[in-house]
Amino acid sequence: MYGNAYIDPNEKANLILAEEDPQKLAEFEARIDRGEKIEPKDWMPKEYRKQLIRMIEQHAHSEIIGALPEGTWITRAPGFKRKLALMAKVQDEVGHAQLLYSAAETLGKSREAMINDLITGKSKYSNVFNYPAFTWADACVIAWLIDAGAIINQVANAKGSYGPYCRALDRICTEESFHLKYGHDNVVTLATGSSIQRDMVQGALTRWWPPIMHFFGPSDKISQHTEILMKWKVKMASNDDMRQQFLDMYVPKIWDLGLSVPDPLLKKNTATNKWEYTEPDWDEFKRVINGDGPCNAERLAVRRHAEEHGRWVREALNNVGSKYIVPLA
Amino acid sequence: MIKSLDPRVTRAQIEENNTITPLKDLDQWETYEVFHQKKRGDQHMHVGIVHAPNPEMALLFAKEQYGRRGMSVNIWVVGTRDVYTSDYDDTDMFDVSEKNYREAGGYKVMEKINKYKKANKIK
Repeated sequence: MYGNAYIDPNEKANLILAEEDPQKLAEFEARIDRGEKIEPKDWMPKEYRKQLIRMIEQHAHSEIIGALPEGTWITRAPGFKRKLALMAKVQDEVGHAQLLYSAAETLGKSREAMINDLITGKSKYSNVFNYPAFTWADACVIAWLIDAGAIINQVANAKGSYGPYCRALDRICTEESFHLKYGHDNVVTLATGSSIQRDMVQGALTRWWPPIMHFFGPSDKISQHTEILMKWKVKMASNDDMRQQFLDMYVPKIWDLGLSVPDPLLKKNTATNKWEYTEPDWDEFKRVINGDGPCNAERLAVRRHAEEHGRWVREALNNVGSKYIVPLA
Repeated sequence: MIKSLDPRVTRAQIEENNTITPLKDLDQWETYEVFHQKKRGDQHMHVGIVHAPNPEMALLFAKEQYGRRGMSVNIWVVGTRDVYTSDYDDTDMFDVSEKNYREAGGYKVMEKINKYKKANKIK
């Protein structure tokens, strides 16, 4: 589950394209324009490799951290079937993380380096998971609407230029269809249930609406960065376009259940055909993604704990004579 | 100790601001390429990798990772180190566009028949 790569706005967009072989660069860009995929051993500009590693790595981290707020409610999900389903969903998410780490590894960054960057706080992950799942209904809203957002992003990126990432995303998109249906089913059960259930799911939706609006990231300024990433089919759609698509697909469904969205300005402008809304608080987004959110510390502490406690098993099984090889595809 | 909304996390008694030594190289083991067969009669196809310490565990992890949706009847694993690959730079070695004698389309039988019939005024 993943909304978009986080690029620090202070990072200089000093693309070192000047250092790249112009003929190789032209061939590379022509290949992408033809709709062909770039594969691991192909020549690629350093910036392409760097941005893709960052994007795929962040996506992988998001999947594995995302399992934590959802996993909160496994032991107390209402009923056996819901427990089984939520466990399956969480297992899927961890599996998606594996697929994505593997795709990032084909670009030359080792899994150990990626995990180290996550647990030291150096690498980012989807900000939405830095918020707490207070009730069962929170887990349901996440499963429906956050997965919905992730699917929009993943379907777009599956048409990108890098072969291994596209293949991983195709696989992920297939499995996500269960997540979305499961999440919707849960929310519908609550919204059409008793008044206690309806209140619980409304409360969860009200709580999660601001992070959901943050999910696709701030409006992209048309910078050199965005432009070249879209040219290279690393970024497939603008943050705003994806947010609009999300609102278009899901706000009517939310209203259909008699639930309300805590934004009095939210409406579709029939003239422009675009949704209008209160601009999300991007200062809060920046604050939380840089470490000052309600759950950042806990998420990473749990991750570190898990790595540390599994270490003796990994070391016991390791072989003398192992050597590191970049995976194929 | 972290007191979490997740009772499992609370039970694990995790220290806030814990630190751990960074993962060493190969902490996550080597990789194996995974091939699965969708149904009997199909060829095995590459689906991705697993990290594993040995072939037996690679097979186990491959089943867990790639076999969750009942879409396979069989899987193979091969160490990445044992897979030899060609270079994309050499893709032109597969170009056989000048070897149409290897293709059915390289033989213009109807042309010959029609030419003969025309020359001999046969319908």
